[in-house]
Amino acid sequence: MPTTKQEAVLRVEGIDVAYGDVQVLWEVSFEVRAGEILVLVGANGAGKSTTLKTISALLSPSAGRIVFQGQPIQALKPYEILALGVAQVPEGRRLFGEMTVEENLLMGSLSPHAKAKRKQTMDWVYELFPRLRERRRQPAGTMSGGEQQMAAIGRGLMALPKLLMFDEPSLGLSPLLTEHIFELIKKVNAEGLTVLLVEQNVHHTLAMCDRAYVLENGRIVLTGSGQELLANPHVREAYLGV
Amino acid sequence: MDVLLQTLVAGLLKGGLYALIGIGMTLIMGVMGIINLAHGQMMMVAMYLTFVLFTFLGLDPYFSLLLTMPALFLLGAAVQRWALNPLLKVESLLPQNQVLMTVGIGMVLTEVMRFIFSSNYQSLKTGYSDATFFLGQISFSVPLTIAFLVACLFTSLMFWFLLKTDLGRSIRAVAQDAEAAQLMGVNAERIRTITMGLGAALVAAAGTLLLPVYYLFPDIGKPFTTKAFIITILGGLGSTVGAILGGVTLGLAEALGSTFLGMQYEDLVGLVIFILVLLFLPGGFKRLTKV
Ligand SMILES: Nc1ncnc2c1ncn2[C@@H]1O[C@H](COP(=O)(O)OP(=O)(O)OP(=O)(O)O)[C@@H](O)[C@H]1O
Ligand SMILES: [Mg+2]
Repeated sequence: MPTTKQEAVLRVEGIDVAYGDVQVLWEVSFEVRAGEILVLVGANGAGKSTTLKTISALLSPSAGRIVFQGQPIQALKPYEILALGVAQVPEGRRLFGEMTVEENLLMGSLSPHAKAKRKQTMDWVYELFPRLRERRRQPAGTMSGGEQQMAAIGRGLMALPKLLMFDEPSLGLSPLLTEHIFELIKKVNAEGLTVLLVEQNVHHTLAMCDRAYVLENGRIVLTGSGQELLANPHVREAYLGV
Repeated sequence: MDVLLQTLVAGLLKGGLYALIGIGMTLIMGVMGIINLAHGQMMMVAMYLTFVLFTFLGLDPYFSLLLTMPALFLLGAAVQRWALNPLLKVESLLPQNQVLMTVGIGMVLTEVMRFIFSSNYQSLKTGYSDATFFLGQISFSVPLTIAFLVACLFTSLMFWFLLKTDLGRSIRAVAQDAEAAQLMGVNAERIRTITMGLGAALVAAAGTLLLPVYYLFPDIGKPFTTKAFIITILGGLGSTVGAILGGVTLGLAEALGSTFLGMQYEDLVGLVIFILVLLFLPGGFKRLTKV
């Protein structure tokens, strides 16, 4: 798929988000361009997951807009967001623990366009993660953390999204497995999938991404290419510990 | 020996119906996280519907299933859609407040039926109401045996539905993690509405099947709500296999109690078992089955 990496597929425009009376996002704006890997980094509690949940319509912004492929989506329902092609691999995997791996994958492909190609996509996911094929009859909740993360990513891919958002996929994984997961994200990105990656593994993700934003206390404070941010004194001090 | 065997058979047959009642309640418990305290009252409505269809149109109760189940599906779905889902949107209300709403709905259903049919006992006598057949020395009531078989059929269909269809899997997904299910594109509100409808349709089936061997008055809902509650707790809140075990256990306990202690102790035995399970197997049969 030819990618220009210029045109924005998703634009978040000045959103404020609150839990009840407690506001946690303040005028957050950023854009994700077609075909790129965009990284959003930030410390614990910065508001990264809140941002992704708002894009997925689990939360609604009290101000601002979210535009996907030219269409405002901030008032849509979660299932409508999925149908437009925006999926999420949530923080902490959130698999359906009492369902088998295969049932979890089936749950990933409920949107009409994904359901139509279910069998093919599942074969592709099993090729990406041969381990999941071996474990397909096992209840997801009984698998190791790494296997569960593979299943969660596989389930996200089953939606055949145009934009896939990952919320801290390296959480709790060994360095080796983290490497493997990041390689995989690069691979599906190279096949044409636009990626929004939220991470605390700052060094690694800034090195592999096209562009990045830094979120602090609910506000975007910095943006630039991965290399620029790796060289930025503030980022080096606050996130890389150098 | 024969008496014991006879009692066990009677208990098992009744247990099949109880399982049907319990599975509906359990589904609702699993997905909505609440006990539906209008469950027995919904069954009572289905029984009156069966009664009317028989008395005025001469419809056989087994045929009426085709009407009472869809009718109660609609009633259950409407209750969820217009009375319970709106409560979930009020942030200042705890989800448990839905339970109070179900209590109110149960009362309304009871009083509406009392208004229409008065408090008089009704019954429905079919040609087979008292029919029995024998296997060896053991007698089987024809309507209860049919009820048992139909209950087994619906239970199997329900399992197939929950395990093998997208809608069934979505119901299980919402029960396990509603937010994650929404991230998969499940419309959780619609799933709640459908689940309440299914629960009501299942308990409607139990009511319709029971009517030929039972009697009917507006307050009959409440004891069945209690039974459904006991079955659900016995099964381990939200466990479908547990609900079947819970239903059969309650059926057997009641049968043994009424045979060996006397009719008036039927309900007491069920309650004693209930308390014993709470004390010694908290979490119900789910602890044994893990399903
Ligand atoms: N359900 C909630 N109710 C109230 N406050 C919440 C809720 N979820 C998150 N918050 C608060 O919102 C802020 C942002 O949380 P969020 O989960 O978005 O952070 P994060 O950047 O994803 O952090 P982490 O890296 O730890 O996952 C935090 O201060 C958190 O305490
Ligand atoms: Mg987070």
